[in-house]
Amino acid sequence: MGSAFPSLAALQTALRQGELSSAELVETCLRRIASRDATLRAFLWVDAAGARRAAREADARLEEARRTGETASLPPLLGIPLAVKDVLAVKGMPATAGSRILEGFVPPYTATAVERLQTAGAIVLGKTNTDEFAMGSSTENSAWGVTRNPWNPERVPGGSSGGSAAAVAGGLVPAALGTDTGGSVRQPASYCGLTGLKPTYGRVSRYGLIAYGSSLDTVGVLSRSAEDAALLLSLMAGRDRQDATSASLPVPAPRLEGDVRGLRIGLPREYFIAGIQPEVRAAVSAALEVFASLGADVVPVSLPHTEYALPVYYLIAPAEASANLARFDGVRYGVREPADTMWEVFTRTRGVRFGAEVKRRIMLGTYALSAGYYEAYYGQAQKVRTLIRGDFEAAFTQVDLLAAPVAPTTAFRIGEHTADPLAMYLEDIFTITANLAGIPALAFPVGFDGQNLPIGMQLMGPHFGEAALLRAAHAYQRATDWHLRLPPLEDAGREAGDG
Amino acid sequence: MKLTPQEVEHIARLARLELSEAEKAAYREQLSAVLEYVARLQEVDTSAVSPAAETLPGQSPLRPDRVEPPLPRQALLANAPETREGQFRIPPVFPPAGEAPEEQDG
Repeated sequence: MGSAFPSLAALQTALRQGELSSAELVETCLRRIASRDATLRAFLWVDAAGARRAAREADARLEEARRTGETASLPPLLGIPLAVKDVLAVKGMPATAGSRILEGFVPPYTATAVERLQTAGAIVLGKTNTDEFAMGSSTENSAWGVTRNPWNPERVPGGSSGGSAAAVAGGLVPAALGTDTGGSVRQPASYCGLTGLKPTYGRVSRYGLIAYGSSLDTVGVLSRSAEDAALLLSLMAGRDRQDATSASLPVPAPRLEGDVRGLRIGLPREYFIAGIQPEVRAAVSAALEVFASLGADVVPVSLPHTEYALPVYYLIAPAEASANLARFDGVRYGVREPADTMWEVFTRTRGVRFGAEVKRRIMLGTYALSAGYYEAYYGQAQKVRTLIRGDFEAAFTQVDLLAAPVAPTTAFRIGEHTADPLAMYLEDIFTITANLAGIPALAFPVGFDGQNLPIGMQLMGPHFGEAALLRAAHAYQRATDWHLRLPPLEDAGREAGDG
Repeated sequence: MKLTPQEVEHIARLARLELSEAEKAAYREQLSAVLEYVARLQEVDTSAVSPAAETLPGQSPLRPDRVEPPLPRQALLANAPETREGQFRIPPVFPPAGEAPEEQDG
């Protein structure tokens, strides 16, 4: 199986034809985790026993279906292991959101997105590392240690879904779920050479997602191709009565046929600013030439309020976080720091158990919502958000999709930005706009820099326009092989070889 | 505009966060820097703009208000640090008699 997994469709075929068993697949994942994850530290929790049990059940169903010739009607992901970011609840597995305040918390329910994939036959192998409560761009803000980039262990995998990205890029699992509130699926996808889908707000239920910024949060996919992302989206998406903001629109079927001839791709000039690493700029330009050679029309557009997106995001997201994280008070779940009165339990548990970035954002959001400042900060941010959304609506009357870099640079060094929160926030400059506008966006690899680190590009589309994004990226991935490149991983010891 | 130490303490109290003196000093610097950065929003004319109340307008349909079985009480209590008689248990809201009450705002 090489050092990484083939596509989900190929795994499905191999499983149904009996060329591969789910047990073998799970053992391969577990062997690679044993070998590689001591360095990568992508997983916070591995449910080896549960995965083996689920694999045996899947193999029994596969064998029965092969015997009766009914494999075509099996659930599409039957027997395929996936990983889940630790901000999503999976019944019976710890969910810490990367925080010491949720140490020991085992949710009694499963997130809808995960449950739908389980219904489709997927096996949840374990939970992956994340910046605490998804607040960060490097996975360095996890209370449980730093995750490393499979392409270079001195570099961050991006964040906040860095554990899921490292798990997929490191070949530990075929695909994984992440969440994207300001770029937390796309930026780690870009840093790790993966395809990362942030769906339209409301496309996938948020039930069971530990909330960070409720008007921005989305459940997304980290995968090795647009084809895999399309399959997983089609199985997760759709109305869920547990999430009032989930959309009841039809779910796109994972059909990616068709070319990009005549597709109008807009280049927002505000995304090609000074300060972008020259190799990132060059790789995105080269990718756009590929799209042009495939028949797309690439045209310049303007999103005039882009420069305000970062300040808008860093008011709205912390404001929502300060409200959402009020529930963590040492009473109903997680850990309590002992104290004499209820009030002291609240302040001490939160003060001791939340990490520095979480406290920083709670403070910022509390300030932005406090009496006397609400209108000037939060109110003004919500109005400028309307203008940013308007920019996109205007652009999508002229073009079908927008193209931009995912991040200004490739993966930075561990520790490079930890001393300066504002510098870290600037990593999100190209990704947060899609969250503010609620539109879908898809990141995928378009080259490498001189250090052999992956470079990502993103396509953004109008609300519920995932199918167009996935088709375009699929056409690009048929014409190129950047997404097939594998990081230089060395397995420790002979037992790790999986032939 | 730089936050005063009193403002930092006020925010921490509103947010129910116990902070060390070192944390207060660090957050004073860092929050002041972020607030200075976001102040550029004030230059945008929004006099004719409505705030974005919903991420996708018109996306929150009503559903029938029917009572359905909730998660079992025991499952929900299982994660609590302290329970008693099927309920969450907390330390006293007020300090024991004879001690000065802690100042609370809000």
